[in-house]
Amino acid sequence: MTPSAATRPTTLVAELTHRCPLHCAYCSNPIEMNRADEELSTADWKRVLTQARELGVLQLGLSGGEPLVRKDLEELAAHAHGLGLYTTLVTSGLGLTAARAGKLREAGLEHVQISLQDSDVASAELIAGVASVKQKEAAIASVRALGFAFTINVVLHRANLDRVGEIIELAGSLGADRLELANTQYYGWALANRGALMPTRDQIEAGDRIAQDAMARYRGRMQVLYVLPDYYEEYPKPCYGGWGKHYLLVMPDGRTLPCHGATHITTLAFDTVRDRSLQWIWHESAAFQAFRGDDWMQEPCRSCPRKAIDFGGCRCQAFALTGEATRTDPVCALSPDHGIIDEARHDAVGPITYRYRDLVLHPPRP
Amino acid sequence: MNTETVPILWRLARMDFDPVRQRHVLLYPEGTVLLNDTGAAILQLCDGRRSVAEISGVLQERYGSDVTADVITYLSGLAERELIRDA
Repeated sequence: MTPSAATRPTTLVAELTHRCPLHCAYCSNPIEMNRADEELSTADWKRVLTQARELGVLQLGLSGGEPLVRKDLEELAAHAHGLGLYTTLVTSGLGLTAARAGKLREAGLEHVQISLQDSDVASAELIAGVASVKQKEAAIASVRALGFAFTINVVLHRANLDRVGEIIELAGSLGADRLELANTQYYGWALANRGALMPTRDQIEAGDRIAQDAMARYRGRMQVLYVLPDYYEEYPKPCYGGWGKHYLLVMPDGRTLPCHGATHITTLAFDTVRDRSLQWIWHESAAFQAFRGDDWMQEPCRSCPRKAIDFGGCRCQAFALTGEATRTDPVCALSPDHGIIDEARHDAVGPITYRYRDLVLHPPRP
Repeated sequence: MNTETVPILWRLARMDFDPVRQRHVLLYPEGTVLLNDTGAAILQLCDGRRSVAEISGVLQERYGSDVTADVITYLSGLAERELIRDA
């Protein structure tokens, strides 16, 4: 396949802001977060959404940070609806008052995904770094009353994995249509906190069994999705179905990425929607072409029959762990760097101390 | 899934026509299915009232051959993914 023979993307994640009332130590936002004064304007975002639809995007995620801190969220949701996009709001629930939920429903928003941190209140608030459970409960009540499609998302790690059974029951009792149980992916803040987040093999094995059982038990009532624990798998994940194939993400400042972790690949430069159309970025930009096809692969990927299944795994993870984005994802048991993963699994010991994500770590412009 | 089943789309899924790709699509939370003309024709008849036998009957009238087995196979695939439910 030649790099220019790209398929049309189906999914755009619009990271409207990096501002967030939560401070989760596994946040997928980059460590170097964008400030409020760097964020795209309402007009910029509307242009991006229109271009995305023209490019073929059908699924839109309004995400962040906490997208509700943007006062123009309702306007953007209405614009997306007018374009025919299926839109998901990815939120902590904080700021989702009954009034705003009602306006978003009127704007045509279809699906709301609310994060929970744990079934245990004290633990949930320790993980989020802020009192948040009451506001989440109120948000969930509004979402249900308005008839949104409703997903609960829970990131799993050492501090909550032992309660995955209780978490599933809680999601069921809250009336979720879908429950996404996502084992932590180690990028950005999560990589910085890997020692505090890494579960033990026993936790992973027990969690897998409970999740598999729940999938069967809740079938037809609540869809239970389970994102596998990368570091405990034999083969890497086929990240977003291949680099630059189906997915793109626009950051708050307009830089556009093929994967949410891509800014960690410091050897790549990312074009911004302030300077370029989404069409140009998708088809022409160096970053989107960098790992399309398989010409870029090294051994053992190059001659591996699995390269058509998992595309060598995650480029961002390969770079973060080996310093070279074209190497085999070290998660793969066939990777010459797999020892890094074996080593990291040994981190699953000792007290849990988080380095909370916080904009304070990124000082304001003088 | 048999001829008596009354199939209906999952509450959270909707069918749409994508003018960019010039084809029907099925959209649901974080999922997209690009439909071919046959798939779209079947799903358009899944209104929660017609049975598989009735859907097949309408299509047979339209295309002139018995498509019951194809309809069952197609809808079973979507039911496996919980996109089609039993009304």
